[in-house]
Amino acid sequence: MMQNPRITYKEEAIELLAELEGSLLELEENPGDSEIIGRAFRCLHTIKGSGSMFGFDDIATFTHEVETTFDLIREGKIAVTAELIGITLSACDHIRSLLEASDGGAAPDKEHGESLIASLKKLTGNIADPPPAGSSEYMDEPEQKASDIPEASDISYRIRFRPDRHILTTGFNPILLLNELRGLGPCKVVAQINEIPPLDEIDPEACYTYWDVVLTTNHGANEDVCTITVDIIDDGEGADEEEPVEVRLPNHKKLGEILVEKGDLTPDDVNGALSAQKPIGQLLMEAGVVDPGLIESACAEQEHIKELHRTRQANETISTVRVPADRLDTLVNLVGELVTVQARLSQMAALQNQPEIIAIAEEVERLTENLRDNAMNIRMVPIGTTFNKFKRMVRDLAEELGKNVVLETVGAETELDKTVIERLNDPLIHLIRNSVDHGIEEPDIREAKGKPRHGTVRISATHSGAFVLIRITDDGAGLDREAIHNKAVAKGLISPDVEFSEKDIFALIFTPGFSTAEKLTNISGRGVGMDVVKRNIEALRGSIEIESRKGAGTVITLKLPLTLAIIDGLLVKVGEGQFVIPLPIVQECVELTPVEKAGSNGRDLAHVRGEIVPYIRLRERFLIKGQAPQIEQIIITGACTGKVGLVVDQVIGERQTVIKNLGKLFQYVEDISGATILGDGKVALILDVPKLVEAEVEVAQGTCIH
Amino acid sequence: MAKTIMTADDSTSVRQMVSFTLREAGYQVVEAVDGKDALSKIKSTPVHMLITDLNMPNLDGIGLIRNIRAGSTCKFIPIIMLTTESQAEKKMAGKAAGATGWIVKPFKPDQLLAVVKKVLG
Repeated sequence: MMQNPRITYKEEAIELLAELEGSLLELEENPGDSEIIGRAFRCLHTIKGSGSMFGFDDIATFTHEVETTFDLIREGKIAVTAELIGITLSACDHIRSLLEASDGGAAPDKEHGESLIASLKKLTGNIADPPPAGSSEYMDEPEQKASDIPEASDISYRIRFRPDRHILTTGFNPILLLNELRGLGPCKVVAQINEIPPLDEIDPEACYTYWDVVLTTNHGANEDVCTITVDIIDDGEGADEEEPVEVRLPNHKKLGEILVEKGDLTPDDVNGALSAQKPIGQLLMEAGVVDPGLIESACAEQEHIKELHRTRQANETISTVRVPADRLDTLVNLVGELVTVQARLSQMAALQNQPEIIAIAEEVERLTENLRDNAMNIRMVPIGTTFNKFKRMVRDLAEELGKNVVLETVGAETELDKTVIERLNDPLIHLIRNSVDHGIEEPDIREAKGKPRHGTVRISATHSGAFVLIRITDDGAGLDREAIHNKAVAKGLISPDVEFSEKDIFALIFTPGFSTAEKLTNISGRGVGMDVVKRNIEALRGSIEIESRKGAGTVITLKLPLTLAIIDGLLVKVGEGQFVIPLPIVQECVELTPVEKAGSNGRDLAHVRGEIVPYIRLRERFLIKGQAPQIEQIIITGACTGKVGLVVDQVIGERQTVIKNLGKLFQYVEDISGATILGDGKVALILDVPKLVEAEVEVAQGTCIH
Repeated sequence: MAKTIMTADDSTSVRQMVSFTLREAGYQVVEAVDGKDALSKIKSTPVHMLITDLNMPNLDGIGLIRNIRAGSTCKFIPIIMLTTESQAEKKMAGKAAGATGWIVKPFKPDQLLAVVKKVLG
């Protein structure tokens, strides 16, 4: 690891000061020794140069004055006197005290420094006052843009880059400049080689080639194009000329077209005549008026402009296609069906084991996959528009609460299914409000805690596999674990003597009717929010997680599926029926043995590693006929308030599932969220586990009779 | 293969900053304490680029550039001068000696890298 450069600088400066003092004392003996003067000058120069680079601006400014004096001495404009040496020596002391001050030592006397400079100036007698250093050539350059050229619009330039013959001997590579030009926008480069002399006259170190460039860019004429490169090599003859090319559309008709229109000629006649005609470029070349290279560059320019027009026209037509959302839904549905049919085809092909059919099936599979991805992509919209709405909301909210809050957004370009984004709006508003209201402290409190007065709320969206992670981060007070625990105990939600993990404690705030805020505001704190947020997110098949450190802030992470139309599911079998359980809520699969069944005395409870998990027998729930196998399977799900098991005959495996709605006839069936068609053509129902559990609880409590 | 860049500067802190910045960006760096040192090191290990200070003991930056451009090993490498002199004549002298460009101190690591990328490709 590198030592802190500031420390290195200080050590170095102290060494240099010692050397400078040595030189000054020597100089007192031999006032005319130019070598000693040079040494002193170099010391000052380095102290100044490095000083400004590592942030010691006071030292740099002060040393600059002393250096100027020594520059004059070096040039023989003023003589070395005892007085001058005396002043310079005290200047050394002053620099040293400035160095110490940056270490936390006593602040140096500013007036002392100024009086030193003043007496130096008196000695030099204002012979010269060179401009202060510190400007940087490269960095200043962009500010000198040609102001008459509008910045944002695309302008085409015709550039001839004719470098000095000796450009290569300055270590400059013209190809880099050309590449840089290419990076600015659509660009065509034609190398002109007509100046290359015969072999025996060639100087191998000279550059005879020059380049014609046609460039279309929205950068200003003198912005980035000619910073380091052109400015430095321009000591040769005319290095670089730029002039905007007038772009004119060929609106006028050609002679042949007019004749055809008038009926004087048929198109065939014209084409026949035209094919006999030589292009103008060829004619000119044959006449020996121009060099082939120049014709080539003119053609390149023509081509470039034509292309530009083509893309511009294409952009205009493509960029705005508005399609009603339901048409897209139909498309996605059809694609979904296609995926299903394709799965059947693949299965059939595998069974038939005929290479030709397998080949076709594979091709169909590839196409379907592409089609599916494309269809899904159409529905994707960037989340940024939603983010923008929050900025205003946070601003107003912060003002109302007397807080300083900055909203940062990251990943606004992240794309999500349109429906997901729409349904995400309310939960996000609630979470951000919570962060501003409960999370971020009042400015004075923040200051007392050593935080900046303004709090920061950050929303970020990132892709993670088939999911999008949305994080709401604040640097506020964080969650108070104790307070949540105590409140939960007071409300009878948990028992006081059970140890809970931090995650479990934080999960409690999603319980209905839970709020730890000491005072209620009209914005949040009534405890009706977080459970609704959680339900909304779960309805989108997403999940929500909280991390928090008291005093440091809170991070809420929403994990959402990219799309609602296709899910990962676990396919299970009960009797002849097949069901799909959404994979994100599945925690584990365990066996339900006859011994265990007997042990629970018919209470539908299973012991899973010391934990008691209630289960629902799908066979009974859906009145499926037939005998259950000896060993059944329990799918442990963690969708709702706690773990719930679903008892099935057999677990078949993971499946990408295309969701189909059940249609109007079944709209009141609550336990089933949809259906999907399997590879063999059979239908599997997709279970809505939270609803299923809810309904079961109601049955158990006798509030609802099925 | 990583390109090798030489930094010639009599100031340890500047050398350190330059080489740290360049190493972070994936270049190999050779350090030289003055022009003479730079010249002898270049003779034994050729470099792809040189970043040199102008004011150095023994052999200054201008002399170093002239020597390199007159030699054979690294005749065509890009040479960037690091200097606090913003006066035009110093720049002209450097240019005449064959410098590719210059950076005026103080500069930030990003600026240095931008220039290196520009001349080294």
